[in-house]
Amino acid sequence: MQKFKNKGDKPTKEGFGEGVVVIGEMNQNVIGLGADITASVGMNLFAKNFQERFFSFGIAEQNCVGVAAGLALSGKIPVFSTYGVFAALRTTDQLRISVCYNDLHVIIGGAHAGISVGPDGATHQALEDIAVMRVLPNMTVLSPCDATQTRLAVIAALEQVNGPVYIRFGRAAVPDFTFPEMEFKVGKSQLLFEGNELTIIVTGHLVWEALQAAYLLKGQGIDSRVINMHTIKPIDEQAIIKAARETGAIITAEEHQIYGGLGGAVAEVVAKNYPVPMEFIGMDDSFGESGKPEELLNKYKMTSEFIIEKAKKIIKRKLII
Amino acid sequence: MTFRKITSTEDLRRISKEIRENVLISLAEAGSGHTGGSLGLADIFTTLYFNILNHDPDNPDWEDRDRLILSIGHVAPVHYATLAIAGYFPKEELLTLRKLGSRLQGHPGREHGLPGLELSAGSLGQGLSVAVGMALSGKMDNKKWRVYSIHGDGELQEGSIWEAAMSASNYKLNNLISIIDRNDLQIDGKTSDVMQLEPLADKWKSFGWNVLECNGHDHSDIIEKINQAKECKGKPTVIIAKTIMGKGVKSIENNHLWHGKTPLKQQLKDFLIQLEID
Repeated sequence: MQKFKNKGDKPTKEGFGEGVVVIGEMNQNVIGLGADITASVGMNLFAKNFQERFFSFGIAEQNCVGVAAGLALSGKIPVFSTYGVFAALRTTDQLRISVCYNDLHVIIGGAHAGISVGPDGATHQALEDIAVMRVLPNMTVLSPCDATQTRLAVIAALEQVNGPVYIRFGRAAVPDFTFPEMEFKVGKSQLLFEGNELTIIVTGHLVWEALQAAYLLKGQGIDSRVINMHTIKPIDEQAIIKAARETGAIITAEEHQIYGGLGGAVAEVVAKNYPVPMEFIGMDDSFGESGKPEELLNKYKMTSEFIIEKAKKIIKRKLII
Repeated sequence: MTFRKITSTEDLRRISKEIRENVLISLAEAGSGHTGGSLGLADIFTTLYFNILNHDPDNPDWEDRDRLILSIGHVAPVHYATLAIAGYFPKEELLTLRKLGSRLQGHPGREHGLPGLELSAGSLGQGLSVAVGMALSGKMDNKKWRVYSIHGDGELQEGSIWEAAMSASNYKLNNLISIIDRNDLQIDGKTSDVMQLEPLADKWKSFGWNVLECNGHDHSDIIEKINQAKECKGKPTVIIAKTIMGKGVKSIENNHLWHGKTPLKQQLKDFLIQLEID
């Protein structure tokens, strides 16, 4: 398998911003909505390039989501980006009724996803957004792994989805390692590293950590498979069942609460179709805190080192069973 | 193409009565639902669908139609009765209200396929934002159609209404006309006891709106005020319509207990007789 290299650190937020400009050029009906924090949620480029199609609504996220519904009902394709904590939690009711129940093509950006948001602390670290978004009927949930892929995810949200879609992305500069040629197909995960002893199913920034773990495990004689689950909903059941059957052990990793997140989503598929031992990396039912991204990823046990630890643990569990 | 407009007050009153009859019959059959607000809004719905709106029951998705956003989904029965009488679907279907498999959901749900619904709604405080989004879209495309939204007075206690109000005047959406069903009642009692809304007109004025008031049971007054609203430049208009909850059935008028109660089948005949007398 190909070994991925870091082309340089870049925030996934920038990939989102570039993607929104691309879709703005592709389709005249794409409208940008802003709730004040334009630059930090990746909407500043769109606002600058398409002034007549960008509308500022102030610090009023609930209204933004309702307005987005009204625009979508009138044939527009609104993009509203805000921090994931607000998108998923402050506007949940508007998303549920005005957007999802009406099944409208509204693109929601969720910035500041994960613990790697860093010094802003718990209030601004979106760690529950996947759980909230994936429980809403009609909602598609995307969680790309680097800036290049986030750009592709935005384009996919325009071209491949016809209903509500949530795209989560982070704040910290993280390795940008995928290639623009790698097709982003909504609902179809990516096999990034092949192995047959265990599978690491991972989403967002931690995909890079999982790859590092897989390379190191390989050196230690352990063959792990890495699946980039960039679409949380609809989840790629086939890839999960295949991984369970062929490798017999699954670890999930995400910058999100384990409850209700990727871990929960994968466990639902595994339990129903092909039960195998699972281990979970993610927030263990707690809030985050201030600190540097790398310090926090370390404290909350999300780096490659901890993925390796879980890999060794789950291999032992396989033997016991 | 557009719907034939009715100007005779006598004809409009007759249609309002027919709407009220159908509201009562469908709610009695359903056994649950919201009678008070549905009766209270019958004259406003009549005026909108039979005099004001450019719409076409034979072509519900006509691109140039005026849009009606019902923010208070719980008064769906008056909307359904109006749509049926206007010809969007057969009146007999009103008897399926709230039943399994019906297109007439307890609160409007577009996915069930009833023609004439612009929005699935039921959670209070959201419709004005949706109306703002539609009006903004209309402005961007230089469309002639207007957006009308209908709200409860109790609904104005939701904070998101005021976020939306601020944005409507910010974007000078004079193609938006919002109507408030001002009956001063909500489930728990008098609106002024649950949470004071007055000075209501001043609140809207301070949010940058053109504010009009009307008698929500006087068709001519409603028409006159909406026509004034259409002339307003650079501002959205809110019409505070004074209404009586339960209007038309004297024995339940102005009684908040009838917000979410329906006539028993044995009461129905008496209620229909009261409508005749009104």
